[in-house]
Amino acid sequence: MVSVSDVIFYVLVFLSVYVQVFFLITFLENRKKIITRKGEIKLTNYPSVTIAVPCWNEENTVEKTVRSLLDLNYPKDKVKIFLIDDGSTDNTWNIIRHFVHYPNIKVFRKANGGKHTALNLGLEHLETDFFGGLDADSFVDSESLVRIMSYFEKDDTVMAIVPSVIVNNPKGFVQNIQKTEYFMGIFVKKMLDFLGAIYVTPGTLTVFNKKVFDDLGPYRHAYNGEDMEIAYRMQKNHYKIAYCNDARVYTNTPETVQKLYRQRLRWFYSFINNTLDYRSILFKRKYGNFAFFTLPTGIVSVFAVGYILGKIVYNVTNFFYSQFIQFQAAGFDLSARINNLDSFFINTKMSLFLIIIVYFIIIFAIMFGRRMSEGKFRFSFSMFYFLPIFSIIAPAWIFMAIFNTVFSRIPVWR
Amino acid sequence: MNRNLDWGKYIIVFFITVLLFLSTFYLSNYFNSRKINQIKDAQDKISIDILSSETRFALLKQSSCEDIKDDSILSDELSSVGSRLEFLESTLGATNEDVVGFKKYYSILEIKDYILMNEVSARCGLTPHFILYFYSVKDDCLDCSRQWYALTEVRNKYPELRVYTFDSNIDLSAIRSLLQIYKIKDTELPALVLDDILLTGFHSLEDLESRIKESFKLQEIKSEKTKK
Repeated sequence: MVSVSDVIFYVLVFLSVYVQVFFLITFLENRKKIITRKGEIKLTNYPSVTIAVPCWNEENTVEKTVRSLLDLNYPKDKVKIFLIDDGSTDNTWNIIRHFVHYPNIKVFRKANGGKHTALNLGLEHLETDFFGGLDADSFVDSESLVRIMSYFEKDDTVMAIVPSVIVNNPKGFVQNIQKTEYFMGIFVKKMLDFLGAIYVTPGTLTVFNKKVFDDLGPYRHAYNGEDMEIAYRMQKNHYKIAYCNDARVYTNTPETVQKLYRQRLRWFYSFINNTLDYRSILFKRKYGNFAFFTLPTGIVSVFAVGYILGKIVYNVTNFFYSQFIQFQAAGFDLSARINNLDSFFINTKMSLFLIIIVYFIIIFAIMFGRRMSEGKFRFSFSMFYFLPIFSIIAPAWIFMAIFNTVFSRIPVWR
Repeated sequence: MNRNLDWGKYIIVFFITVLLFLSTFYLSNYFNSRKINQIKDAQDKISIDILSSETRFALLKQSSCEDIKDDSILSDELSSVGSRLEFLESTLGATNEDVVGFKKYYSILEIKDYILMNEVSARCGLTPHFILYFYSVKDDCLDCSRQWYALTEVRNKYPELRVYTFDSNIDLSAIRSLLQIYKIKDTELPALVLDDILLTGFHSLEDLESRIKESFKLQEIKSEKTKK
């Protein structure tokens, strides 16, 4: 007899496979449109762009961030840089004020009010038609801005362009699994671009047409997820967001599980709460794939990741528990383990084959994500272990994000 | 921006996903059927072997003792089918019709082997080394799992020992008879019968080993006395 738990499990697995197949079909439909440029490109004209760098206690990275902006392959007089100290308590202000002598750099200092307030200060002083934000722990590739702006040149209906984000100089296990995850993110976001359903415009040099803020207003706090909320607002108002896969921005990522947990808790908390705020969009035809694919996928993923992965963790725990019981009762029995190498004892459950299919599609997504941003396929072992590792740790922040939402507890930034 | 929903794509992806589900269902069924057939073939072979041994023993009486007493292959086969059946049970579930059917068949084969070996031992003056093990799959009998691991280890150490395992929850009159003969109650599981002595609850590997060694010694003394 099939249990309720099995039914829930297979429904969630079905939806997970559905989402992966949807991405795969979208890729096959649009694969010829994916271009990864190499070398310098030129634009017919170079519109002026303001890039705001909100900083809060970023003394270790902000200088490198600003230097990367100064090295952009874009006419210097067309790039305005706003360095905004959002009430740092470390040496950030002393570092950024040294850049005040650059003709295209303006520095601001304000009381701490959150990232959205720093970005809004930048918007208040905006004099150009395009505005971008860059986190002070991220570094742009010199070709990134010109490639982003080429998308605006090609299609004047686009209102925001999101670049590819790559993990900067990954060291250690935690950063390496994130590196792989970010490559998968590149694939997913490009596919969402084809579907017109991008859900986040991150502060890693997403460039907006000024019209977005003129028409829709400034950034909001949005549960520390201002980059997601503005994307939701744009989708609600039918403002086009595109994804420039070959514009690369490198970002520092958490180096410990604890820091990763805090970051992901903030992301998931902001996703859950912004989705709740914009629930009126869900399954409304006029909002297209964003309403029928992106948001439902996000909602299902919260449950699926929590449930499926929770079940996997339960099974793995059960396995180790039975091994412990066996060890306790009979010691370490090598002969019994050799017996289990018999092909008869290979698990041939349907769920296993489905998980293998999902796994293959995800590895495919990771490889193509990398190719889309860097122009080359490269294999790494982290492709195989990133998923099981996330399976073990992701339920922690998902459950906590749900808990915090229920009890209205806002996670801290760091 | 692609605001026009492509319903055709949503439907195509749905059918592809259904197709993948059906394919994996078929694949899983295919491999499970192969496993079921493997167990069925192994059980049929054991059944024929037991029948053949019984017949040969009935025909030749004492003269077949030499052939039969060293026949440990059958015990290995029974044990191998047992562990495969256990795996199949964990994969397909304890209530699966095939699993229940196989377990009944397997239990009968074990009882037949047990009876045959008793007869052989009695007629040929051999020293039988048997353990009857009764367990339950209901109510998460943790001690039953622990006992099974300990017994498996004991069996690996003493290949001449025949361990017969019986799921007390199986609806089979032969098992009910065994439970009645040894006066085993549901609440006392796991239960072991060694040298006609009933042992209930979990017995550690060390405890089992000392009892088995003792049993071997006693039986050797008995058989020596019989020979004299």
